[in-house]
Amino acid sequence: MNETKNFKCVNKRVAKIDSLGLACGEPMFADDIDIKGLLHAKILWSPHAHAKIKNIDVSKALKIKGVKAVLTYKDVPRIPHTTAGQGYPEPSPYDTYVLDNKVRYVGDRVAAVAAETLEAAEEALAAIKVDYEILPAVFDQLDALKDGAPVIHDEKDSKNIPDAKRNIAAKFDFEVKNSEWFKEADYVIEQTYRIPYFQHCAIEPHTTICYFDHQNRLIIRTSTQVPFHVRRIVAQALNIPVKNIRVIKPRIGGGFGSKQEVLEDIVAALALKTNNPVKLEYTRKEVFVSSRTRHPAFMRLKTGVKKDGTITDADMEIILNTGAYGSHALTVMMCSGSHTIPMYKVKNNIRFSGKSVYTNMPVAGAYRGYGATQGFYGWETQMDMMAEKIGMDPVEFRKKNYIKLGEGSPVFKAMGEGREGVEQVITSIGLDEAIERGLKEIKWYDKKAEYEKFNKTSSRIKKGLGMACLMQGSGIPEIDMASATIKMNEDGSFNLSVGATDLGTGSDTILAQIAAEVLCVPNTDIIVYSSDTDLTPFDVGAYASSTTFISGNAVRKTAEKVRDMIIEVAAKILEEKAENLYLADKHVFSKDGKKVSFSEVANTSLYYYNQHQIIASASHTAHTSPPPFSAHFADIEADTVTGEITVKEYVSCIDCGTAVNPTLAEGQNDGAVVNGISHTLAEGLEFSPNGTPLNANFRRYKIFTSKDIEKIKTILIPTYEPNGPFGAKSVSEIGINGPLPAINNAIYDALKIRLFEAPFTPDKVLSALEKKVG
Amino acid sequence: MKSENLTLNKNGKFEINFTLNGKEISAQVKPKETLLEALRALGYKGTKKGCDTGDCGSCAVIFNGKPKVSCLMPAFAAHKAEIITIEGIGSVSKPHPIQEAFVEAGAVQCGYCIPGMIISTKALLDKNPNPSEEEIKHSLDGNLCRCTGYVKQIEAVKLAAKKLAK
Repeated sequence: MNETKNFKCVNKRVAKIDSLGLACGEPMFADDIDIKGLLHAKILWSPHAHAKIKNIDVSKALKIKGVKAVLTYKDVPRIPHTTAGQGYPEPSPYDTYVLDNKVRYVGDRVAAVAAETLEAAEEALAAIKVDYEILPAVFDQLDALKDGAPVIHDEKDSKNIPDAKRNIAAKFDFEVKNSEWFKEADYVIEQTYRIPYFQHCAIEPHTTICYFDHQNRLIIRTSTQVPFHVRRIVAQALNIPVKNIRVIKPRIGGGFGSKQEVLEDIVAALALKTNNPVKLEYTRKEVFVSSRTRHPAFMRLKTGVKKDGTITDADMEIILNTGAYGSHALTVMMCSGSHTIPMYKVKNNIRFSGKSVYTNMPVAGAYRGYGATQGFYGWETQMDMMAEKIGMDPVEFRKKNYIKLGEGSPVFKAMGEGREGVEQVITSIGLDEAIERGLKEIKWYDKKAEYEKFNKTSSRIKKGLGMACLMQGSGIPEIDMASATIKMNEDGSFNLSVGATDLGTGSDTILAQIAAEVLCVPNTDIIVYSSDTDLTPFDVGAYASSTTFISGNAVRKTAEKVRDMIIEVAAKILEEKAENLYLADKHVFSKDGKKVSFSEVANTSLYYYNQHQIIASASHTAHTSPPPFSAHFADIEADTVTGEITVKEYVSCIDCGTAVNPTLAEGQNDGAVVNGISHTLAEGLEFSPNGTPLNANFRRYKIFTSKDIEKIKTILIPTYEPNGPFGAKSVSEIGINGPLPAINNAIYDALKIRLFEAPFTPDKVLSALEKKVG
Repeated sequence: MKSENLTLNKNGKFEINFTLNGKEISAQVKPKETLLEALRALGYKGTKKGCDTGDCGSCAVIFNGKPKVSCLMPAFAAHKAEIITIEGIGSVSKPHPIQEAFVEAGAVQCGYCIPGMIISTKALLDKNPNPSEEEIKHSLDGNLCRCTGYVKQIEAVKLAAKKLAK
């Protein structure tokens, strides 16, 4: 399986192509340009969790000096749409309006202002008089399902809400039943798990600048992961033609899913109203409250296990809180099962029952891990519980049960993203090696013995080890599509144009490496331009761990077409048959030693003979979504007096196929892991009883800093995925799913308590310790 | 520098003079304007806004030799001060060894926090050319990053120290 390849550019640690510019502070981000006459936008956010706007008076606001426009629901088209930047038709309900006469959470849009200065815009917000009829509100997803709960989407015109009266934004049920439920199980374990509101915390706040070109077309320069979806959804929401919009994605200061959300409509509406350039930059508080979050989850997992380690049954129920709108409501919920249940063989029966439920809370959306984070917290905690019940080593229990090369799962076919999935078998997996390397790196068995001894004598500090196994996908099969164009220049360099969206991940670099590998040039001879709806071909954008696998394959195919065109020209120059020619080192060689340089090929085609531009495009969709696999190991120390948990060492071994750029792949995984550890130990939005966020800033919503980490190690486990470009599969999301369960299992090892509600803050640890004693 | 030492001009602004990346600069700033806003308005876009509350470090500059967050500082406080922004550390055509180290170590992902990180690193290495890992972690503590998990950034600072020692 580990096909050895002599790569020239792929699998090499080349420098990220934009990194020097970024390190020098070059003006590369959305807000780094100066536009003459730029107006500043501000949004009036709802102070109420649920209310009707009875009356809204903007007359005073309009009189303030410098105020150019004030928009309310009366001024914008009322077109139901989703803000989820997904492929068309989006599987999320159409339940959102640019502005509405009803507000559904504290932080919902009420009105928007454009003014010459930020101060004038802020003054205008204060001068808008809103008369609200306050409605009863509901905050927890389980409460929102109860009879008599307030109905959050009672409007008539929203579409594709499965059961608006019961606040159900999405639901999905699936069952494989081969025998009587739990009949063969020696033990049955049933447990519930909860995850709170986590925010992405990309350091660049959401920023959008709208302006007009000389043809009065609307240019949207925006921090987005999905430029083509932004163009389509803004056109839909404002009822303007797609051809009148150009979306440009400059460098993006992190996204993690939060920028897979189309929030640009309101800035476009203000620009169109004023016929002026307009900028909206979210404050950090607005990012926390009014952009998007991870879906809070309630999960119930009931599993049956036999004494010999066979998992007999798995019954998984998940109820997600989607907040006021159903962005990604169906797909995140489905991925909580589709990315987790296939991890282990379940002999007899599988059931998945999922719902995403509206509440009067901030809107959830895409977030790195996309449901798998929620699902694996429960699954991988419960794997340890099952192993303990049958007295089996949790490592051996996992090794016995995880999906092997060539195996499939009924879940792959039954559960896709928003619809049926595709049948697939595992075509590459390095999990055995990942587990072995991880055990060795963290000195698992030595430490196990050492900690057992230590914990016997140490009363205050306890030590423990925990692990988890993970999978994810590589793009959405038969939905995601990417394309690329490559053009040859006189000096034998190439322009690579891709719709793929680099949000800091390094996709521009790895796509250049893939093109360079095919074309036999250094990656510095590939000039990349990406994510501009006027100038680059289509790509769904950066989500679903798709870019390396889907966009990478599009680039590979495009480069192969260009390679063939180069050979065709060279065949004429060298008077050789094409099949006798091959590319190497910026030249075309014949088998008998003749050669012609790329530069001569390009010049011939452009200026001398059979003149044409060597240029090609290709597209790619995939029929499978090969999962990357990973094994995570946590070594923790628990202070039984303060309740504080410290991760002393965290090792994650990841099989992402061929790492196109090992440095960038490690960086993706390091970042995902630390984000996950930060979730596990520190994060979570808190709310007042009326739904007002209480800690929407970095001072009180703590994310990990350099001082909070100890030893963090990523180990790449090379495999070769036959469907991936040069053997590659995805890397970006999987790492975030491990820390919750691995640390939970380590806490159990240290303290004999399990935590079923994240994050594992000192108060929860202490309260669980008290319960254990009590 | 206190605002009462400056007088408002007829546009309601303070006229301030300061040294920016080694050049003498004059600017008119509004009383409520922050140094971050003033620097960006002057075209120094490398200094980033991440939170506006002094918590993320993206707006760090070297102010009279010390790293400071510019989003909490009034612009008039720059009067007669010496300020270095990321643009003053090095450029694409002539990068500083710290910038090269961040590139080589793979410490740059989205890059939004990186100018602030490099400012903190510069301030650290100016004072302490051979820092321990603990000292590195301590000096980057004020710079939030969500992409890298800080792993390769800590390596980058070590590499930068090595480069500068040569």
